[in-house]
Amino acid sequence: MTGVDVLTPVLTAHWDQPDVFTLEGYRRSGGWQALPKALAMPRDEVINMVKASGLRGRGGAGFPTGVKWGFLPQGDTKPHYLVVNADESEPGACKDVPLMMASPHLLIEGAAIASYAIGAGHAFIYVRGEVLHVVRRLRHAVEEAYAAGLLGTNILGKGFDLDVIIHAGAGAYICGEETALLDSLEGKRGLPRNKPPFPAVAGVYALPTNVNNVESIASAVPILLNGGDWFAGMGTEKSKGCGIFSLSGHVTTPGQYEAPLGITLRELLDLAGGMRAGHRLKFWTAGGSSAGILTDEHLDMPMDFESVAAAGSGLGTRSVQLFDETTCVVRVLLNWVKFYQHESCGKCTPCREGTFWLARILERMEHGEGTDGDLDKTLDICDNIVGRAFCALGDSLGPPVTSAIKYFRDEFLQHQKEGGCPFDSAASTVWSES
Amino acid sequence: MPFTEEVLARLDADAAQIIGKYPGARSALLPLLHLVQAEEGYVSADGIAFCADKLSLTKTEVTGVVSFYTMYKRRPVGEYHVGVCTNALCAVLGGEQILSDLREHLGVTDDEPTPDGKVSLEHIECNAACDYAPVMMVNWEFFDNMTPDSARKLTDDLRAGNAVAPTRGPGRLCTWREAARVLAGFNDGLATEGPPAGPATVAGLRIANERGWSAPRGVWGEDSPQSRGVTGGSSPQEVGP
Repeated sequence: MTGVDVLTPVLTAHWDQPDVFTLEGYRRSGGWQALPKALAMPRDEVINMVKASGLRGRGGAGFPTGVKWGFLPQGDTKPHYLVVNADESEPGACKDVPLMMASPHLLIEGAAIASYAIGAGHAFIYVRGEVLHVVRRLRHAVEEAYAAGLLGTNILGKGFDLDVIIHAGAGAYICGEETALLDSLEGKRGLPRNKPPFPAVAGVYALPTNVNNVESIASAVPILLNGGDWFAGMGTEKSKGCGIFSLSGHVTTPGQYEAPLGITLRELLDLAGGMRAGHRLKFWTAGGSSAGILTDEHLDMPMDFESVAAAGSGLGTRSVQLFDETTCVVRVLLNWVKFYQHESCGKCTPCREGTFWLARILERMEHGEGTDGDLDKTLDICDNIVGRAFCALGDSLGPPVTSAIKYFRDEFLQHQKEGGCPFDSAASTVWSES
Repeated sequence: MPFTEEVLARLDADAAQIIGKYPGARSALLPLLHLVQAEEGYVSADGIAFCADKLSLTKTEVTGVVSFYTMYKRRPVGEYHVGVCTNALCAVLGGEQILSDLREHLGVTDDEPTPDGKVSLEHIECNAACDYAPVMMVNWEFFDNMTPDSARKLTDDLRAGNAVAPTRGPGRLCTWREAARVLAGFNDGLATEGPPAGPATVAGLRIANERGWSAPRGVWGEDSPQSRGVTGGSSPQEVGP
């Protein structure tokens, strides 16, 4: 990675251009030049280029995007579908929503490229409903693209037909799970499906479907423009390319930082002006709440898939939430567990019941009413959810719980000893003077 | 109260347009529910019956879907529905205090409108704007970097009918029902209003530009600002709200 700059704005490169969300503005910044290039290539070559780039899914799982595209059957007569997962809801994740707000055409162009590659005639963009202006911007971009002959029938005279549908969700974290999203897209409750069959075989309407995250799809555009080698020239050996790191919390300058994978928190914090004045890092997430927490021991850990996993966490969506020493870790964990309880779809017992009881136990611990067996009980319940739940939502509960207890066991016990939370929540607020 | 013939004719036309977009008709259910919510401000028994009729589903099937998603309300909410993020990060940074202050200030519980029907309140989960914490939403538009004072003033302005604009969004705030109509799939002409991004969104880009950092080669072609070494875009201060 020698010779590559610390920050590498690619997807974010034009977010400061006032009209980049319009067709004209996007074109002025070099947009809509990758689709013609893709349409001039055989589909296989487009897939091969994305494979060669080493791009791994940016929605959290990190599965190689090009390989996923290759899973769809070739030469069959069934309709194929592309579904873009724009249901960004992971606590701490805040990259896809600003991408679509600033640069909706980037996503639409990427969706057109991906649809061509997998032979899809329809692309759905399933965007969470709670971001009204993003829905407007996406729909406006699609209309402009149709009017310019970039979507619709016989696109750019190349005989490729594509309809893009902007579909607004209605409030459910579980719909970020790809099979729950597909059920939701079919007008049902968003319940996860059994796998197999995988979406590549039986996705929306039981037809071959490829589901990708917003940032993954958008990344196809610069990869097509510059080649797989260009993208693979950034990042680490197994975690190639760059990605958006979202910094939030008790940091001087929160925001979006696009950098090669493998950047460390120390480097990111340095760019962001460090923790807020007079305070120090206590714990943080590398990949949203579902990846669990890390501490200042991990400041120099390369933020790539392998290194973060080796530290017992996950790179996930690069959602870097930073908490300083004023923050009660039990309070944060309780909050997250209540979130999973709220968002559990109720389909399977371990997740539905487990989150409910965990929240009750953590609640009493936070209020200093915990009992001697509570920590063991907590870990035991966790053990009975993770790996036994129907989908990844249940599994997501494990890392935050186990990591919080691993790094801050004493703090849990301190609550019990002192008969209450030893922290002043007012000191953690952004308007605190302390 | 069942829809009048006039309303029904309008809804029929809108529903046909929505259903026509989808390869499978039932996919239209979520937008249809947004549509009936736009009509009445909430999803009533009549709204459910309408959707069931359009998609040849039972009312029970539709009700099961309605109850699954938090954005559908079964009772009227305020003209301006205010969400306060109390997921962990926003909660710690002050969202929890903002919510409890507003509950006291407005005297309402979750989803209950104020007596004038203007404002209702709800605690919401992470809304993908953590770099602007504490975050509030009004009719699903962003209100960034809130404090107890700015939150109180916001709800006071909404109740007094004063003009209010989101931090990152159009120049004016639309009503709850207007917002639902956009979600159903109908344009309100506001897409090009507002900035592309707020200051936090371009924090990394600003630093990269200052230091002359970029990805290898000219990513976006010869004409792109990036290939000139610095972006030609305006500074974040000008872009931001």
